[in-house]
Amino acid sequence: MMEILAYAAFFLTVALTYAIMCLGLNVQWGQTGLFNVGIAGFVGLGAYVSAALTTPDAADRIGGFDLPIVVGWLAAMAAGGLLALAVGLLTLRMRSDYLAITTFGIAVALQLVFQNAEILTGGAFGMAFIPRPFAGLQGQAFAFNIVNLALTGLVVAALYLLLEHLLRSPWGRALRAVREDEVAAQALGKNPVLLRIQAFALGGAIMALAGAVQAHFIGFIAPGNYLPMMTFQVWAMLIVGGSGNNRGALLGAVLVWAIWALSGALISEVFPADQQARAASLQIVTIGVMLCVILLWRPQGILPEVRSVSRHLGRRNKDQ
Amino acid sequence: MNPQAFIDGLISGSTIGLGAIGLTLTYSILRFANFTHGDFLAWGAYLTLTVAGVLGGLAAGLGAPLYPFSFGWGLPLAVMGGVILTVALALGLDRILFGRLRARGADAIIIVMASFGASMALRSLLEFIFTAKPAYFTKALQIAKPLGLGMRATPDQLLVIGLTGALVLALHLFVTRSDTGRAMRAVSENPNLASVFGVDVDKIVRVTWIIGAGMACLAGVMAGLLVQIRPYMGFDLLLPLFAAAILGGIGSIPGAMLGGLIIGLAEAFTVQIIGAEWRAAISFIILVLVLMLRPQGLFGQRGA
Amino acid sequence: MTALSLTNLRAGYDRDLPIVKGVSFTVNKGEAVCILGPNGAGKSSMIKAVAGQVPCFGGQVRLGEADVTGLSSHELVRKGMGFVPQTENIFTRLTILENLQIAAQLLPRPDRAARIAAMFDMFPDLGARPRELAGALSGGQRQMLAAARALLTEPPVLMLDEPSAGLSPKLVGQVFDTLRRISEAGVTLVLVEQNVRAALALTSRALVLVDGQLAHDGPTSALHDGNLLGELFLGHRSVEASA
Repeated sequence: MMEILAYAAFFLTVALTYAIMCLGLNVQWGQTGLFNVGIAGFVGLGAYVSAALTTPDAADRIGGFDLPIVVGWLAAMAAGGLLALAVGLLTLRMRSDYLAITTFGIAVALQLVFQNAEILTGGAFGMAFIPRPFAGLQGQAFAFNIVNLALTGLVVAALYLLLEHLLRSPWGRALRAVREDEVAAQALGKNPVLLRIQAFALGGAIMALAGAVQAHFIGFIAPGNYLPMMTFQVWAMLIVGGSGNNRGALLGAVLVWAIWALSGALISEVFPADQQARAASLQIVTIGVMLCVILLWRPQGILPEVRSVSRHLGRRNKDQ
Repeated sequence: MNPQAFIDGLISGSTIGLGAIGLTLTYSILRFANFTHGDFLAWGAYLTLTVAGVLGGLAAGLGAPLYPFSFGWGLPLAVMGGVILTVALALGLDRILFGRLRARGADAIIIVMASFGASMALRSLLEFIFTAKPAYFTKALQIAKPLGLGMRATPDQLLVIGLTGALVLALHLFVTRSDTGRAMRAVSENPNLASVFGVDVDKIVRVTWIIGAGMACLAGVMAGLLVQIRPYMGFDLLLPLFAAAILGGIGSIPGAMLGGLIIGLAEAFTVQIIGAEWRAAISFIILVLVLMLRPQGLFGQRGA
Repeated sequence: MTALSLTNLRAGYDRDLPIVKGVSFTVNKGEAVCILGPNGAGKSSMIKAVAGQVPCFGGQVRLGEADVTGLSSHELVRKGMGFVPQTENIFTRLTILENLQIAAQLLPRPDRAARIAAMFDMFPDLGARPRELAGALSGGQRQMLAAARALLTEPPVLMLDEPSAGLSPKLVGQVFDTLRRISEAGVTLVLVEQNVRAALALTSRALVLVDGQLAHDGPTSALHDGNLLGELFLGHRSVEASA
């Protein structure tokens, strides 16, 4: 029984780290309409930055400053925010899909850095001995997982409240105004490019924080954690849950992660060991099809945006 | 510097350029960045491989290598089948997914997102059907022949370069001189106005998919012939394809080809100078440089 | 002989909020009709709905004898309806010749060159530089090219959405002279106009649209004094009173 509860706490903690990513994506996509195809890159950046600062000194790489975990988290946010700021400055004046292509490139380039810049990242083997919060409890799986769940839940709750507050602030309203009708917003004196860059940077910082929180909970990172697969999962979570709605983002994260974990468990039960990798690819097919089906038939997701269903999900081009 | 890098770059650049042509056409005419395009390359290679297998089962003689190449008559025949099937895949996807979103008047970025989801699904489907193990069109080994100036190339590689040049020229003439090509350029500027001018926009959309998917299949086969066939081959080529299309200028066929060659050469020299593990970064660096210095690309029009 | 008729046409971007709210009228062959009305009355949406650029929700559009309701623009062109949009009515990234060549694709191959040559005769400004990019043309020349493109296929009915928009008075005169020649050649003309004076001088019949409905239909001579028009525009008179 305790084992099951410990596992449930573990499962929920991981799901909540995805929920943080979803909240970040919701700032970029749900509130602002910016398509980020490089989520895994931002999450990975956060994880590596935080790990480099907080791990004990290691002989074969730079970093290992043994700083407190919270410093790592803050630094991760700063790094993610700065990277997003740079990408935003580069592309947000141009067509919306240039951002998509550039963020896709960012994720590929960062993946190369994780893989190859061994002196910084530990290369293919990644980084171990990342300090875990409440490490003293590691012997007792249940207690350890529960306190970590509480900590991650606290982070999610704080972010949720902060984002909801921002959403209702003049800044949040201006953001949605720009998304819905750029010309009208401009006429009211809002600077759409500046607002988009701010939202993109905020979202990037939150994603990087998610990476740091996840890295410290697991205690170990490797380049393979930050593949395009992750970007894809987070997108599926937000679209399923309901883009534009922060509660939808949380629901989507837990729901899709549950589907993912359960189908993974099912595959390892049903398929012989040599066929499992193959069967796992069907998991991805299912999620890809699910994403398309939702875009086609219920673009607003399970929990639609409260104030106004995001119009850019439906019809905006009047010529059609 | 090793002059061989030049030949290597030319060869992989031809493949990238050919793939980028389809991407640049769908981008300028259907107005969205199609993330499934890379997977059309991979599907093209696997579909061709499958057709080749079926043909080989029907007539064993088709596999006998045609001197000086490493493959027999079966491959060109199989490529025809592969092109037809890849085109069918693209048209089918447009019918069930992209076309519906277009008809609903969805924003371009929603269509981009759908293409991202479809790309994941298509790629993983390949992995499910064919497994992640690499496959090969031919097991025959080829000896690279000296070309002078310290450069060597296999007959297959030279064929790839020659064929690419011929295809690009033919496509360029088609788009600049033919009725359909002219209508394509009109649709890329303003689809509504093209309709007012009497152009059947749906037909132009189909032609665009046919050319794009056809070229993608050829590029996939070339990549498969030169290296190997893997479910992720298209995904790995996606960033070079986008970089080539944007570098060349969206909508420009010669631009996409030139962009592909530049990326191919830059990759080859990167491999020589810095190391193969950083090869994939070069497309990203070129992409960022283009966006900073000349966002409309080499041959692109402003506002395109 | 009827060239174009609308029966209770309803159209707009959103089914629940139609902009054209049940309009009926008939245009005879060879007639020149202008559609007037205050801003936002739905003139432009109506002509676009007839031309296949705005969805129709109800009613019927007939071109000659054929029911063409809801056909797409390229099908309408084939059936003989020419339409010149108000703005963005030429391809600026194609040459003048290419603009005409695209329109000419609807004709049998042997006839194309002759029709393009005929248009260049009619508009010598364009014929002087066929290989120049259309984007380099001045505002008046653009309208010429747009008209030439629409006339190239010799449509029995030609509809224009504000051909005078954005032109200087001198150019407006030129454009309307051209339209007069076209009308005299027997083409049925339907034009939406804000420039009431020019429109009334060219056409013999005026339709006034107010809030998506027909408020007046009669000879242009009745509108020349300006009082009736002013009242219609300001909404003082109902449809019944003016009929």
